[in-house]
Amino acid sequence: MSLQVTDLRVYYRTLAGDVKALDGVTFGIADGEIMGLAGESGCGKSTLGNSLIRMEGRMRHVGGTVTLDGVPLPIDDQADMNHFRFAEVSIIPQYAMSALNPTRKIGKMVGELVATRGVRYHDIREELERRLELVGLARDVLDRYPIELSGGMKQRMVMVLSTLLDPSLLIADEITSALDVSSQRAVAQTLVEFRDRGFVKSMIVVTHDVSILYQISNTLAIMYAGKLAEKAPTDVIMSRPKHPYTRLLISSLPEIGVRFEEQRLTGIPGTPPSLLNPPTGCRFRERCPIAIARCTDEEPPFVEVEPNHSVACWMAS
Amino acid sequence: MRRYFGRKLLIYAATFFIAATIDWLIPRFMPGDPVQSLVSRTGFGLSPEGSQALVTYYNNLFGLNHPIWEQYINFWASLLHGDLGRSVYLTGRPVTSVIMSAVPYTLALLIPAVLLSWWVGNTIGARAARRRLLDNVVLPVGYVLTATPYMWLAIVLAWVFGFILNIFPISGGYSYSLEPTLTWKFIGSLFSHWVLPFASLFLVGLGGWAIGMRNMIIYELEADYSRYLEALGAPSRLVRKYAFRNAMLPQITGLALSLGVVVAGALVTEIVFSYPGLGKLLLASIQNEDFFLLQGIFLFIILGVLIANFIVDIAYVIVDPRTRVAMSGAEE
Repeated sequence: MSLQVTDLRVYYRTLAGDVKALDGVTFGIADGEIMGLAGESGCGKSTLGNSLIRMEGRMRHVGGTVTLDGVPLPIDDQADMNHFRFAEVSIIPQYAMSALNPTRKIGKMVGELVATRGVRYHDIREELERRLELVGLARDVLDRYPIELSGGMKQRMVMVLSTLLDPSLLIADEITSALDVSSQRAVAQTLVEFRDRGFVKSMIVVTHDVSILYQISNTLAIMYAGKLAEKAPTDVIMSRPKHPYTRLLISSLPEIGVRFEEQRLTGIPGTPPSLLNPPTGCRFRERCPIAIARCTDEEPPFVEVEPNHSVACWMAS
Repeated sequence: MRRYFGRKLLIYAATFFIAATIDWLIPRFMPGDPVQSLVSRTGFGLSPEGSQALVTYYNNLFGLNHPIWEQYINFWASLLHGDLGRSVYLTGRPVTSVIMSAVPYTLALLIPAVLLSWWVGNTIGARAARRRLLDNVVLPVGYVLTATPYMWLAIVLAWVFGFILNIFPISGGYSYSLEPTLTWKFIGSLFSHWVLPFASLFLVGLGGWAIGMRNMIIYELEADYSRYLEALGAPSRLVRKYAFRNAMLPQITGLALSLGVVVAGALVTEIVFSYPGLGKLLLASIQNEDFFLLQGIFLFIILGVLIANFIVDIAYVIVDPRTRVAMSGAEE
C-alpha cells in the first residue's frame, strides 16, 4: 500500500464556525494505482488533495493520519512537511497556467527550485530535457519566460517540473478543467505515461469530470459532502455502482448512441447540505430516491462490501 | 527595441513641446508688468518722461515690445540656441547662469532624498509584510508620514532640531560668515545646512513607499506562483525573493510617477529653509514677475522630470522581461 489515509478530518475555520470539508475519510492507494477522485463542487475533493501536500492558512487538521510508503506524513506541520513536498508528494495545481514566476526564465527557476532540494541543475538537466521532449516541448523553453509559452505549454511544463524528482504520490488537481477536449485527452494520457515510466508511483486525479477518469484511472472514489461515498475499481464502479449517488452521477453522463432529443438527460435534483452544520445520519438522504428511516438516525459506515469495493450506504450491504 | 525607444522619444519630445509652450504662457497670464515694477523699484526721482523712456528701453532690452506671437517664436529660437533670456529681477543677468548657480543645491537635496527614501521605504515595507510586530509600527507611522505636507514637516524639523535642540542651522545653504571655498570648514557647513531639508524630503517619501511595498509583497505572496513554490516545499527565502522582485515592478513605475510631486515638495522645502536652490529662486521670480527667470526654472524642472522618467523607462525594460518579450515578439 503506497498511501494510507485513515479517518482524515480537515475543517475550514470561518467566523460562522468550522466548515467540515473533510469529515472522516479513509482509503488506501496501491503502488502504481491511479485513483480518480470525483464529486460535485464543494464536496471536499480539492481539500483532500491539498491537505495531503500543503494545508492552506484557514485549513485545520482536526484528526486522522496519513501514511506514505510506511512513513507518517506530518501534514499539519508546514516546516516538517517541506522534506516530503516535491520529493515524495507533489502536485500539479489547478492554476498550472499561472504557476510559473513571470519574471524568471523557466530553466533558471527550475534550477533554483531543485537546488533547494540539494539537487544540482546541471545533473538533472539531461533528464529534464528528455521529459520535456516526452511531453512535446522543445528544450529551448528553458531559456524562455512563461509569457512566451501558450497556456497548454505552461501546463505541460508544470507537469514535468512537478514530477521531476520522481515523487511517490502525485496529486493532479482539476488539471483538465480549463482545457478543450483534445487537450484533455493528451494531458490524461501524459499522466498515465508518467506512471508507466515510473516518474510517479501512484496518483490522485481530482476532477468533477467522470468521463476523463473513466479513461485513465484504475480506481474511482466518489465524494459527497465531505465524505467518501464509494470507492472501487473503475470498471466495477461504472458497471455496477452500489451507492445511489454514484448511480445517479453516472446516469447523468451522456451515452454514445442515445439521442437526447428523445430522452432527456437526467440530473440529480436538490443540492448538497451545508458543511457548516451537516445533518446527522446519511448526508445524501435528502436527495436519495431509496432512503429509509435508518438513514436519518444512523450514519452509514464506509465499509468494504466486496473485495476492493467500499460503500457508505445502508442499502448496499 | 529601437522602435520602442524611438516611439518613447517621440512622445517625450511632444510632451516637452507642449509643456514648454504652457510654461511660456503662464507668466504672461499673470497680472502685472515686470518692467513697470522694475522701474518703480530702481528709477527713484525720475520725471514721468524719464521713467517712460526707461520703460521703453527695458521693453526693448527684454524683447517685450514685439507682438505676442513674435515673442513666442523668439522664445523657441533662442531656446534652441540654449539662451533662456535675461532675468528682469536680477537686472539683466543671463537666466542660464542664475539657474546653474542654484541647480547644484536642488540636485544635492533631491537625488539622495528620492533614491534613499525609495530604497529604504521599500526595504522596510518588504520586511513589514512578513512581521506582524514591525507591521503594526510601519503601517500607522507610514500613513502619518505620507499624509504630512512637505512644508509642515520642514517647519517641525526646523523647530525641533534648529530652535529647541539647536543642533542644525535652519536657514541658508551654508554659514553666512563663510565664503564658498573648497575647505573642510565650508564643506562641513554645507553638510549641516543640508541635513534638515534633506530629512524632511526623505521622511515624507518614506511612508508612501513602505506602505506600497508592504501591500505589494502581501499580494505577491498570495499569487499562484508563490503558492506553487510553497506546495513544492521551496524555502520561504526563495518565495520571498521572487515576490520581492515582482513587487518591485509597480514601485519602479511609482517612482517615475512621483518625481513631479517630489520636485514640487523640494521647492516648498527650500523656501522654508531659505535653501539657495531652485525653489527659493522660483519664489523670488514669482514675487518679482520675472517672466524669463520663471519660465527658465520651469523649463529646467520639465527637462529634469522628463529625463528622470526616461531613465526609469529604461530601468523598467531591464527588470521586467515581459516588456522585452513584448518588444522583440514582433521581430521573431
